[in-house]
Amino acid sequence: MTTVLELRGITKRFPGVLANDHIDLTLEEGEIHALLGENGAGKTTLMNILYGLYQPDQGEIIVRGKKIDIHSPSDAIAAGIGMVHQHFMLIPVFTVAENVMLGDETLRPGGILNRAQAAARVREISEQFGFEVDPNAYIKDLPVGVQQRVEIIKLLYRRADILILDEPTAVLTPQETDELFAIMRSLVAKGKSIIFITHKLREVMDFSDRITVIRRGRVVGTTRPSEADQYTLAEMMVGRAVQLEVDRKAKAVGETVLSVQNLVVLDERHQVAVEDVSFEVRAGEVLGIAGVQGNGQTELVEALTGLRTPQSGHIKLLGQEISRARPRRITELGSAHVPEDRQRDGLVLNFTVADNLILNTYYKPPFTQGVVLNETEILKHASRLIQEFDIRTPSPLTNVGSLSGGNQQKVIVAREFSRPIRLLIASQPTRGLDVGSVEYIHGRIMEKRDEGCAVLLVSSELDEIMALSDRIAVMYRGKIIDILDAKQATKETVGLLMAGIRPEHTPNVQIEPA
Amino acid sequence: MNKAMQPPEEETSKPPKKNNPGQVLQEELLKEITGKQNGEKGGVSRPLWRRLTRSLAVPILAIITGLIIGGLLIVLTSIEFYAAWAQSPVEGLRVGWGILKTAYSALFTGAIGDPARIAAALSSGNAEEVRKAFYPFFESLVAATPYIFGGLAVALGFRAGLFNIGAEGQIFIGAICAAYVGYSVTGLPAFLHMPLAFLAGAVGGGLWGFIPGWLKARTGAHEVINTIMLNYIAFRLSDWLLTGPMKRPGSANPVSPTIEDSAKLFRFFGDPIRFHLGFFVALLMAWLVWWFLFKTRWGFDLRAVGLNPHAARYAGMVVSFTMILSMSLSGALAGMAGANEVLGVNHNLAMAFSSGYGFDSIALALLGNSHPLGVVLSALLFGALRNGATNMQLKAGIPIDIISIFQALILIFIATPAIIRTLYRLKPPEEGEEGLVVASWGGN
Amino acid sequence: MTTTALRRELEIVSPTRQIVMGVLFLAAGFVIWFYFSRSLTSETVTKFGMTPGGFKATISDLILPSQQTLNVLAALCGFIGAVQVLRKGGFRKRTNGMLGLVSGFLIFAFLIWAAAGRSLNLAGLLNTTLSKAVPLTLGAMSGILCERAGVVNIAIEGMMLMGAMIGALVGSITGNLWIGLLSAVLSGGLLGWVHGVLSIKYRTNQIISGTAINIFATGLTSYVSAKFMQTHQELNNPGIFRGWEIPGLSQIPFLGPILFNNNMFVYAMFLFLIALQFGLFYTRWGLRHRAVGEHPRAADTLGINVFRTRYIAVILGGLMAGFAGGYFTLGSVGRFDEVMTAGRGFISLAAMIFGNWLPFGAFGAGLLFGFADSLASKLAILGLRIPSQFLLMAPYLATMVVLAGVIGRGQMPAADGVPYEKEG
Repeated sequence: MTTVLELRGITKRFPGVLANDHIDLTLEEGEIHALLGENGAGKTTLMNILYGLYQPDQGEIIVRGKKIDIHSPSDAIAAGIGMVHQHFMLIPVFTVAENVMLGDETLRPGGILNRAQAAARVREISEQFGFEVDPNAYIKDLPVGVQQRVEIIKLLYRRADILILDEPTAVLTPQETDELFAIMRSLVAKGKSIIFITHKLREVMDFSDRITVIRRGRVVGTTRPSEADQYTLAEMMVGRAVQLEVDRKAKAVGETVLSVQNLVVLDERHQVAVEDVSFEVRAGEVLGIAGVQGNGQTELVEALTGLRTPQSGHIKLLGQEISRARPRRITELGSAHVPEDRQRDGLVLNFTVADNLILNTYYKPPFTQGVVLNETEILKHASRLIQEFDIRTPSPLTNVGSLSGGNQQKVIVAREFSRPIRLLIASQPTRGLDVGSVEYIHGRIMEKRDEGCAVLLVSSELDEIMALSDRIAVMYRGKIIDILDAKQATKETVGLLMAGIRPEHTPNVQIEPA
Repeated sequence: MNKAMQPPEEETSKPPKKNNPGQVLQEELLKEITGKQNGEKGGVSRPLWRRLTRSLAVPILAIITGLIIGGLLIVLTSIEFYAAWAQSPVEGLRVGWGILKTAYSALFTGAIGDPARIAAALSSGNAEEVRKAFYPFFESLVAATPYIFGGLAVALGFRAGLFNIGAEGQIFIGAICAAYVGYSVTGLPAFLHMPLAFLAGAVGGGLWGFIPGWLKARTGAHEVINTIMLNYIAFRLSDWLLTGPMKRPGSANPVSPTIEDSAKLFRFFGDPIRFHLGFFVALLMAWLVWWFLFKTRWGFDLRAVGLNPHAARYAGMVVSFTMILSMSLSGALAGMAGANEVLGVNHNLAMAFSSGYGFDSIALALLGNSHPLGVVLSALLFGALRNGATNMQLKAGIPIDIISIFQALILIFIATPAIIRTLYRLKPPEEGEEGLVVASWGGN
Repeated sequence: MTTTALRRELEIVSPTRQIVMGVLFLAAGFVIWFYFSRSLTSETVTKFGMTPGGFKATISDLILPSQQTLNVLAALCGFIGAVQVLRKGGFRKRTNGMLGLVSGFLIFAFLIWAAAGRSLNLAGLLNTTLSKAVPLTLGAMSGILCERAGVVNIAIEGMMLMGAMIGALVGSITGNLWIGLLSAVLSGGLLGWVHGVLSIKYRTNQIISGTAINIFATGLTSYVSAKFMQTHQELNNPGIFRGWEIPGLSQIPFLGPILFNNNMFVYAMFLFLIALQFGLFYTRWGLRHRAVGEHPRAADTLGINVFRTRYIAVILGGLMAGFAGGYFTLGSVGRFDEVMTAGRGFISLAAMIFGNWLPFGAFGAGLLFGFADSLASKLAILGLRIPSQFLLMAPYLATMVVLAGVIGRGQMPAADGVPYEKEG
């Protein structure tokens, strides 16, 4: 085996952040090399450096034994490197052939496009690797799985032999995922080498030849599927420095606060994202929804908070049907929501801390009297919460956008937790936060539980789920495949469920030889 | 932006500035609650002086740069300058400087008044003379009045994340409605007729703003294009009305009948000063808009929708309703500009009476960073420029159109602070500092 | 999966749209019958002149029995409408074509009715339509050049004005029309470059940048005009490009004199139309140009220089708008008047949207708008009491309707108006 690509000591700093810290990586010819890591671990940054979209601050790139500089995608293409981005770089109103040839067009004299020749090349590549793609179809008419194949054809058309696939399965249906891996196998069989970025353990175990795990911008280790199991990989990937210990008081659970029956929710593409989901959350308990991100959790939470209208099914909050209610009514019924994407949904970054602290209660007394905002009350409220929740801000009048991520999240937590609430929906509440903030927010969530609030915790971090939940529901491909009592659940069982494997059944997965 | 490409956050990246937030807070709170409320940004805001020094540098430099480039243009388009330059460059510069001095002093005296004349008039004690001496000053206020309304209209849209490029059309519709009520309704006392006619203008303009707002909320059709189209529909409509149904009987010109005396906005001084009640209505509206935006729950709604529609929706606000409301209010404000001109200045409606107030309003809304106080100040500046330019044309032979050039340059520099910053070596803005309040094409 | 099956599935027209269109067609038929046909007697005839004025008539006038023709048109519209409503899926892909056909019928019916018992020079009307469509089409092509690459250009008006003024001024000074025209084109290109620097380099809000250029151009052209051109008439007398009758082709009956007896601008417009349509859709330049307007990051990852492509686009757009401006002074009036474009830049914008960002689409829209314009001036002659202003409103109303998606939404370039920012 020959090494086709070697990265040595790649370092990339963003303002205040070390995204890649002396990363070393090798890629052998004909292998599928998985780059495993959490969101924000630095995987995509690394690959964007390799593809010339970013420039590294330090380190070198060696392709087939030759050190090269990659300043732009053109350089990468010239070096035989191709990349399929997580968000496809396809132009919907162009045909397959047009997308494929863009930037490296087949021409007739005089700069005139030779579409026929491009289409022929596409067909040729398709046949060679077993794709089924009509070169004259428009991208917008193609299913996502086929679009991805077009992306791969783009690379092959440019005769790339080092292929980078960034989260290739994030948008695919299970069938499409299987088809993709079949394609990847046929590619390496013909001498191509593939780096594929993912955070899905099962895919790594099933489909890669070697695995490099990245955490917080550093390589944690490189291994082979035969030498590792999902549990150790998860630990390498997540690897919290502090053990998540939460003071858990035994407490009798109370009445049912949230009840979900046969809920079906569609995503933007009108695909079923949440499929026939039923569960209950009772007062004084934490129901943790575990699952790898992208298995329908986002859509589920949006439906529960009124941001997305479900296709069918019922949601009852304290006995009231809310499946078609507006967000404000749900809030007024006593539901709190810590959103997954705090900067997009949870905060108005150009508003002050004080204003953000009343973002969903501003219209009610005491903050509004009649129609007039009561500034004194707003400020009192703000300063009370800033102290109570230890929000580090120079002033309540500072714009939230200039606070750190942890303090931004504290603003949301303060706003949501300070209301009299009966239900708390927390979606990835500690993503991207430092350890101190994580512990703080966990403590607050448990406090709410102990006060008798029903808590629905959605997280892709297994440790977080394990530490906080009384019961654990595992979501996989839009369904809740099991609900376990936390006392009986182990990391192994939940981890396997997250990968879609029921421990009591034989795993229905074939592991290909490395 | 591709989320995955964003660098991960780290707690250490932005250390809090004070060690003891609690203590700082108490001070802040004390200041805010016991001390004088700073009315600048209203509601919940930063100390005034800090905001002012930061936010005023670029606008002031933009105005100065605009005037310098405009001055260069004046000199470079003077035949006298070239004639002198041909003799010697020194002579050329001297003559050029002379031209500039004449021009800008004419601009100044035209906008504010001639100090010598004012002094003479005051010492003479002749009321007529005093009025004439102060005429330019008040005329600037008269010119500024529609700018205040128009600027507020555009600014309100910006605050809600909407680009109302159709103030011009809304001004026309407002003028039509005000004029119609002004001349057709007779026998009402002034205290009823005046507000009624004014309100008619606001309603008309509001309707003209409602249409693109509704279309945007319902169909997603972009308000920029729709308001442009509605501008021209308004022009054609007024064109038709003035040559048809609203034409003054017996007149050869396309002009509406003169409005009833009871509908005319009260003038405070005798001729020739046209300074009228409208100015104070405009100031009142500026205060109202400020109050609405920063002191009421509706304004909170509107600003949240403008800054982050996703978060607004999450917080339970109804984004589409807010859009429609903001466009309607914006249109109503512009409509008031039209009503103001008809009821306060012209006393009738003639073709092409507005001459670009609507487009200038975009410039001055930006100059005032979409804040009512800023809009009032910018409007006063634009009014003074517009009025002073008339004198400049008279005294220095410089066509009045030079002010459009000023305004365009100021607009460019305001919208592109990077140019001003590079030019004057200013510090780049701090992170988290509020940028220019303006709607983008992408909207949401 | 076979992709063609899926495409067919996706092509099914939405039921609401099908019904809306059907009702529209039926309404057109009803209007023709109820308002037009019923108001006439069966003896009335409509006479259409088939040769423009000042040309030797080669074919005789077209004489139509008014009411009967109207009834036929009404029946045709009704039939199309009925099929659209009743047949499953209506006319499907051909619905837009039918819309064009029905609109054509409606306009023709209107002409028959308006000129019933009189004579109307149809060829003359069409000839005026064509010349009124020239600046609109050229302006719209300026918009297409910019927006297809993702830069919104609402400064067409300003660029046109600048071209018009510079064309007249330089044309008068040099006494050479071609040098005048070249200067007009270059002045538009200069403003395009400014728009590019602001919106591409500095990522200034493109609408503000466009508005600023409009205000600036209005100010500068009026300034120069007031300062020099009004006082020195010799600076504002460039003359105009004379008509050039193409031998042979102009002898074709009816169409010949309309199409082939015009000045250079008309022929140039056709040339540019073909060149742009071909360039955009059949060349490497066009593919990259459009890619940058649809998905700049995708283009960037394939090694295409987004900034350069956009700069070229706005400069070309500026040159085109400058040329359109030249038409006003050098091709039509022969003199510069303040604000003489009178909003045609914005109608161009409307034509661009109406024409779905396609050169020939914009030409069609330009013809339609030009027709409304030329008809408006004929209304008085025909003795109709419809105010001409309402006809002049039609382009704007039509654009708003299109924008609202009532009759199918146009395809705006996806990245239109979004400044591109490189990462890293």
